[in-house]
Amino acid sequence: MTTAVPPSTDAQVIRQSKAGSGPGSATWPVRIFVTFLCLIWLIPVLGLLISSFRTRDAQFNSGWWTAIANPLEFTQWTVNNYAQVLTTNDSGINMGQAFINSFIVTVPATVIPILIAAFAAYAFTFMEWKGRDLVFVIIVGLLVVPNQVALVPLLKLYSSLGLNGTFLAVWLAHIGFGMPLAVYILRNYMSSLPKAVIESAKIDGASHFTTFWRLIIPMSTPALASFAIFQFLWVWNDLLIALLFLGRGENTIATVALQGLQGQTGQGRELIPSAGFITIIVPLMVFLSLQRYFIRGMTSGAVKG
Amino acid sequence: MTIKILNALLAIIGGIGGAMILFWLLNKLAESLKGRWEDRVKPWVFAGPAILAIGVYLIYPAIVTLQYSFANEDATKYVGFNNYKDLLTDATFLSVLFNNLLWIIIVPALTVALGLGVAVLADRLRPKGEKLSKTVIFLPMAISMVGAATIWRSIYEYQPKGSPQTGLLNAIMGVFGKDPVYWYQIETWHLNSLLLMVILIWTQVGYSMVLLSSAIKGVPEDTIEAGRIDGAGERRIFFSIVVPQIWPTVVTVFITVLIGVMKVFDVVYVTTNGAFNTDVVGRRFFYEMFTNQNSGYAAAIVVLLMIAITPVLVYQVRQFRAEEANR
Repeated sequence: MTTAVPPSTDAQVIRQSKAGSGPGSATWPVRIFVTFLCLIWLIPVLGLLISSFRTRDAQFNSGWWTAIANPLEFTQWTVNNYAQVLTTNDSGINMGQAFINSFIVTVPATVIPILIAAFAAYAFTFMEWKGRDLVFVIIVGLLVVPNQVALVPLLKLYSSLGLNGTFLAVWLAHIGFGMPLAVYILRNYMSSLPKAVIESAKIDGASHFTTFWRLIIPMSTPALASFAIFQFLWVWNDLLIALLFLGRGENTIATVALQGLQGQTGQGRELIPSAGFITIIVPLMVFLSLQRYFIRGMTSGAVKG
Repeated sequence: MTIKILNALLAIIGGIGGAMILFWLLNKLAESLKGRWEDRVKPWVFAGPAILAIGVYLIYPAIVTLQYSFANEDATKYVGFNNYKDLLTDATFLSVLFNNLLWIIIVPALTVALGLGVAVLADRLRPKGEKLSKTVIFLPMAISMVGAATIWRSIYEYQPKGSPQTGLLNAIMGVFGKDPVYWYQIETWHLNSLLLMVILIWTQVGYSMVLLSSAIKGVPEDTIEAGRIDGAGERRIFFSIVVPQIWPTVVTVFITVLIGVMKVFDVVYVTTNGAFNTDVVGRRFFYEMFTNQNSGYAAAIVVLLMIAITPVLVYQVRQFRAEEANR
C-alpha cells in the first residue's frame, strides 16, 4: 500500500523510556507471554530441523521431540538424508540440481529488472513529460493486481513460442511481474533526494544519462538494495510461476521439487525435512543478514499484488 | 550442469549488458535529435522499456484474459456469459467462494491483531529482548509457503492409531487419551481450513508487527503525555490516543494481507490440494487452467477475482493521490 510509515529511529526509542510503557517496563506476565509466543513460532522450525537429521526409522517410530529428551542416542542421527536428497535418489527428485536451478532462475530475475526500473524511475522523477502522472498512477494501481490475470494468455503464448520449460520464460515473467513494484519503490526514493543536487548537475552541463549514472544510482543504493531483497525472496519462494512455466523437468527449482516430494508416501518420505531445510536456508540467510534493508523497503510501502 | 550455469551467467551479463547498450544507444539517438524533440523523446527512452515490460506482461494479457472469459475452453468460440453462469451455479465453486470468504474474514484481522499485540508488548522488553523476539516473529516472512507447509508437518502429521505419532498435535491428543486425528480431513467447523490459515498467519504476523511497531514509535510523545495529564489510564491512552494515530498503518497492513489472502494458492495446493472442502479461488483457478485445461473457466475466475479486488485498487490510487498532494 502507499501509506508511508515513519521509520523508527534510535532517538524515538530513547524518547519512549519514561513512564509506564517504555523499554524494560515489561511485567512478568508480559515477558512470559512474549517468550511463549516466540516458542510457538520456533517449535515448528525446530521440528523440521531435528527431523532432517534423523534416520528413516527414527523419524517414523518416534516423534521428533523425543530426540530432545535423549540427544545422546546416536543411532537416530544421520546426515544421510542430506546426502541422498542432494543427489539422485529413490524419489527421483534431485534437490541438489533444483537448488542450483533456483539460483539460475533467481539471480537474473532479480538483477535485470533493477536496471530497467531505475531508468524508468529517473524519468518519472526528474523529467517532465506528457502522460507521466497518468502512467505512474496506472503503475500504482497495478501494484495490487494479482499476477494471475496474466497467466492464461501467457501460458498459451509461451507454448506457441516453445518457451515453456525454459529459464528464459520465467526470467521474463518475473521481470514483467516485478516491474510495477520496482518502479514504485525507486521512484518514491528518488523523489526524496535533494532536487538541488540534480539542478546543479544540469547547470554544470551534465546530460540526463550522466546525472543518472554518476549521481542518482550511487545515491539510490538503499532503495536498490531493498527492492533486490524483495525480488530475490519472491522469486526464490515462488511456486506458481515456476510450476507453470518450468514444470517438473530437469529445469525445476527447489520449491517445485519440494512440493513434488510432499506427495511421496513410501520411499523418499524421510527426505522431506532435509529437502525443506535446503529450500528455506538461502532466503533465511539473505533475510537475516540484510534485515535492515528489508524493513526499510517494507516501511516505505512495498506490497506486491 | 556447467552448461546451465554458464547459460545463467550469460543471461545476467547479456541481460544487463544488453539493457545497458540498449539504453545507451537509444539515448545517443535521442541526443542526435534537434532541440525540443530531444526533450520530448528522452523520457520515453528512459521509461519505455519498463512500460513495455508492464504492457506485455500485465496489461495486454489482462485484456486477453477478459476476452477468454467469454470464450469456450480452448478459446476458439465465444460463449457469452456461460462461463460465469456455470461457475456461479456450481455448488462446489460456491463453496470455494465461501472458503475464500472465511480466509478473508479471519486471516487479515488476526494478523493485524497479533502483530499489534506483539509490537506493543515487545516494545516493553529491554532492547536485547525486543530485538530477539521481533527477529523470531519476523523470521517466517522469509520462508516460502511450500517451506512453511513442510515445516508445519512436524505439528500436523498423522499416523494411524496404534503407531507412534510423529506430529506434535496428535502426540498431545495421545497424552489426553484421545485417538489420533487426520487434521486435514476434519471439515467440521472448517477446522482443516483454520489449520491451514494458521500456517499463513504464522508467516505474516512478522510483517504486521514490524509496520505497526514502527508506527507506534512514531506517535508523538506529547499527545500521550497530554492524555496522562488528563488522568487517562494506559489502556485508555492506547485505544483513544495511540490507535487513532496509527490507524492508517493498520489499514495498510490489513489491505496488504487481504490481497494476499484473496489470491492464496500455495498453502492449499501443497497441503490438501483443495480436497476435504478446503479449496480456494487461487487453487481452483490453477486447476481449471492447468489440470483441466479450460481457459474459459480459468479466465472467468480471474475476472471475478479482479472485480473483488477493484475496490482495493480504487482505494490504493486515491491514497496515492492524497499523498502526492501532501508532498
